[in-house]
Amino acid sequence: MSAPTIRDYGDRALLLECGSTDEVLGCAAALRAADIAGVTDIVPGASTVLVTLTDTTYQATTRTRLAEVEFTFQADPVPPGDADVVIDVVYDGADLADVAALAGMDTGGVIAAHTGTPWRVGFGGFAPGFAYLVGGDPRLSVPRRDEPRTRVPAGSVALAGEFSGVYPRESPGGWQLIGRTETVLWDIDRPQPALLTPGMWVQFRAVDPP
Amino acid sequence: MTSLEVVGTGPLALVQDLGRPGLAHIGVTRSGAADRHSHRLANRLLANDADRATIEITLGGFSARILGGDLDIAITGADAHPAVDGIPFGTNSIAHIRAGQVISLGAPHSGLRSYLGVRGGIAVNPVLGSRSSDTMSGIGPVPLQPGDVLPIGEPARHFPELELAPVAAINDGLVELRVIPGPRDAWFIDPDALVRTMWVASDRSDRVGVRLIGTALEHRWPARQLPSEGVLRGAIQVPPNGQPVILGADHPVTGGYPVIGVVTDADTDRLAQLRPGQPIRLRWSRARIATAEVSDW
Repeated sequence: MSAPTIRDYGDRALLLECGSTDEVLGCAAALRAADIAGVTDIVPGASTVLVTLTDTTYQATTRTRLAEVEFTFQADPVPPGDADVVIDVVYDGADLADVAALAGMDTGGVIAAHTGTPWRVGFGGFAPGFAYLVGGDPRLSVPRRDEPRTRVPAGSVALAGEFSGVYPRESPGGWQLIGRTETVLWDIDRPQPALLTPGMWVQFRAVDPP
Repeated sequence: MTSLEVVGTGPLALVQDLGRPGLAHIGVTRSGAADRHSHRLANRLLANDADRATIEITLGGFSARILGGDLDIAITGADAHPAVDGIPFGTNSIAHIRAGQVISLGAPHSGLRSYLGVRGGIAVNPVLGSRSSDTMSGIGPVPLQPGDVLPIGEPARHFPELELAPVAAINDGLVELRVIPGPRDAWFIDPDALVRTMWVASDRSDRVGVRLIGTALEHRWPARQLPSEGVLRGAIQVPPNGQPVILGADHPVTGGYPVIGVVTDADTDRLAQLRPGQPIRLRWSRARIATAEVSDW
């Protein structure tokens, strides 16, 4: 893994381009270990890590400090056994037919593909409890909607790009909706509020409407 | 014990402090006062620490009764013609209110958000270390309702030193915001169209983001999707329809639309005072360097 490219992100954050999801997790771990003064947050994405700072005075010094961080990591692929979490889904999403058309299959084919193999939590983000699930059937790779919805209901199961995800609560969103689940993804009163955390394996299972 | 009984809320009244830093990795955004500058000024007038909670009032219309004792208050941000028992007092100044008296705000002529600070701060229970209402995630206190009784915290040992603060009036005309180019400016055919276009703030704007209306920006690679990456308040995201969204305090922690530029940290506070329909000009705060983006992305 080579040293990440660093870009200014406004005047109070830096964006590190790291590469694959595995490399992103390695970058984030190296940054946490470096414990750089003035860092507020280390935010992993699909191929980048955003480092946000307490104020604008840390921008230049953090760039210098990042040049000194040793970014090394070891790939640690874990073969899927039993999934850590099984999520029951009613597949009646508003965009299910559109997704089927985009994927060149019927809606039954979309459901079979989505439930056919387990998914893995790549990283969190977007909203509390939201997990970007990777490693699913590549035929389900579909673009986001052109115009994001201002409100998507909680429990909506969705697709965008290579990812699948479940909306933990009502929020704006641009993903293609294929179904819904009763499973609670985020509960602030639980000891661990987020159900899904990076690295976990997730299996979707089709169920009839209650 | 002194407390504040909410009588009327106007369109939206929220408890806010400086938010929840350091939790983005579990998907929890910073949140906090949209106009941090006005929030801090209210606390400074009252000799509170900057992180004491205030009430963020959108488009005025808020009223509350003081219960159980006298209280020092200050109102900053949009001038909504505050009054005590109907007698006007100025914004950006400290006022001593007696038990039983009612504070009321009218409608501001310019600006969007007013901040009501009280000496000691609003002391509702913190959630994940903050008293901020995160409207997108539903974390923290729910929007205030008539009848809510809000506890007031212990005042600091030191006393207010300022009677009032000189503050420039909030602009009700053309607003200019400084923008640092990138990180994804190369994803647009003509990134400088961002600073040539006269934008208008949409009425579909809130604490999550301010939507701009104007001539659509053209994506260089319409078929390509940017892998989701971390975002921050002030980031100017451009969805496929080409109409930019400037992210606010309650932004999601990551986003999948390319960020053409990021509003300077200081100017995001002015962004929080923009009203629907107000014209906006964006300006590069430094020269934009046209970088060659790898074409096989």
